[in-house]
Amino acid sequence: MIIDLPKFVSEEQRYWTELESVVRRLEGDPGYRMGLEEVKRFHYLYQRTSADLARIATFSSEPEIRRYLESLVARAYGEVHETRGRAFRLAPLHWFLRVFPRTFRRHSAAFYVSLAATLAGCMFGGLAILLDPDAKAVIMPLPGLAGDPAKRVEEEEKAVGDRLGGVKSTFSAALMTHNLRVSILVMALGLSWGIGTVILLFYNGVILGAVTVDYVLAKQTAFVAGWLMPHGAIEIPAILIAGQAGLVLAGALIGWGAPVSLKMRLRRIADDLLTLILGVAILLAWAGLVESFLSQYHEPIVPYPAKIAFGAVELVLLALFLAKSGRSK
Amino acid sequence: MTGVRMNTLTIRTPEGVVFSFVLAGPVVRFLAWQIDLACIFVVSSVTTWLALFLAFASPDIALALWLLSSFAISVGYSIALEWLWRGQTIGKRLLRLRVMDEQGLRLQFSQIVIRNLLRFADILPAFYLVGGIACLVSRRAQRLGDFAANTIVVRNPRTREPDLAQISAVKFNSFLAQPHLAARLRQSISPQEAGVALQALLRRDSLDPAARLGLFAELAAHFRQLVVFPQEATDGLSDEQYVRNVVDVVFRSGSARED
Repeated sequence: MIIDLPKFVSEEQRYWTELESVVRRLEGDPGYRMGLEEVKRFHYLYQRTSADLARIATFSSEPEIRRYLESLVARAYGEVHETRGRAFRLAPLHWFLRVFPRTFRRHSAAFYVSLAATLAGCMFGGLAILLDPDAKAVIMPLPGLAGDPAKRVEEEEKAVGDRLGGVKSTFSAALMTHNLRVSILVMALGLSWGIGTVILLFYNGVILGAVTVDYVLAKQTAFVAGWLMPHGAIEIPAILIAGQAGLVLAGALIGWGAPVSLKMRLRRIADDLLTLILGVAILLAWAGLVESFLSQYHEPIVPYPAKIAFGAVELVLLALFLAKSGRSK
Repeated sequence: MTGVRMNTLTIRTPEGVVFSFVLAGPVVRFLAWQIDLACIFVVSSVTTWLALFLAFASPDIALALWLLSSFAISVGYSIALEWLWRGQTIGKRLLRLRVMDEQGLRLQFSQIVIRNLLRFADILPAFYLVGGIACLVSRRAQRLGDFAANTIVVRNPRTREPDLAQISAVKFNSFLAQPHLAARLRQSISPQEAGVALQALLRRDSLDPAARLGLFAELAAHFRQLVVFPQEATDGLSDEQYVRNVVDVVFRSGSARED
């Protein structure tokens, strides 16, 4: 069918222009709410323009008009058929105190898997040091950790001045960014059906277990607890939560027995992944500050019992926060 | 409902309307990312200079802020711009690319964050190897981050409201003096033939003079064979004018002509 093109365009163009202005307003202001009359008008314009597109689609000789209408209908389609919540809104306190812990609890099974992978790594690392001390040179990632723990403790405890004087903020920032990079990678490797995530968590556990057992065997238990607890009480759970996010992603990819499509499963977890990784970022920011400003100071500057107690309190508070915060009364 | 044909994603709405997007391939996406990297470098350089100034007051704070801002810029650049510009960064804007929801729905903030954070997996082991391979083998040219976030990157054609003034300027059409032949012409011409003639007229100013003459001569010769108008209707008509008359007859109905 060949339609009367100039007449068609001149009759319909005003509706297209009106629809375009409505769509532009909706796109420009995600929080904009239309009244009932506006919604009715928008729906009418969308249907009319869709009908125009259907009409012109059979008419191959005017690709310019067709492209214009396709673009317009596509934009309006996104607004008309979107059933998910409106766009992201900033309510940080509500998000942190309610949304984040609820999301954490909703995926608690993934967290336990993440914890199990890390604990398995800890056991492996600890046993490796216990049974084969030569393995230390291979396992320890930093040369500072490969030395004799007793000597290190002796040197650290000799220091009376501010060891990190003038670089505390820099050290803290470096820790935050490094740990956040690792956490994002742990989450991203969920794309490997969780294999990469589990390997990274296991490796993290291996180092943690090896260092701890190495210091315990050297009778430096108080030192290692006082060194790791203040920041580790937050940092390690944060990485476990990043692992949880990776495993949630992996779970959606695998979809054991789920009656919905892969696309739908991924769509459902999108907000939860965002929530978990933002929560991890906040926890790591705190851990970075504590590691730089407290963990690196030892006796006689800061007594070990005080550092251990600080870490224990943090851990209890974090556990209570994740378990209880945001529960409906 | 969606379907994929070649490098095009076609969406059929519940109303039965079909529209399509042209998917962006890995090469053009890589170029856009190079532009974005240059932008990230420029912004990071600015923060470096600011940090150097701040270092006079406190080197420690200055270096800490520099580290944090560099990380925030490298990770947050794409997230912030794709959110503010509805799926576009500077590189994508320059190359007319846009990130879209895979089903044509509104792009969500969580989708933008996920596709950008999962870049950490796409860049492995180096130079976007994983993401590039994924993009090449994926039917929708998606890297892993796009796949997980349900997003696609499309090429945005330049769309403007149609301007048909160029073909409606025929003041006198000698073919309309022969209504029975004009009707036969409308009947015998196919939509494809009519489309070619229309496009030739719309784009005639962009053709070389020689090509323009050749094209209209060919088209006029073709239409002369379809319906033979009497000599008084075609006398003095150039090939281009002949085609204009044909298009005028085919695309403008009787009612429009009487206006």
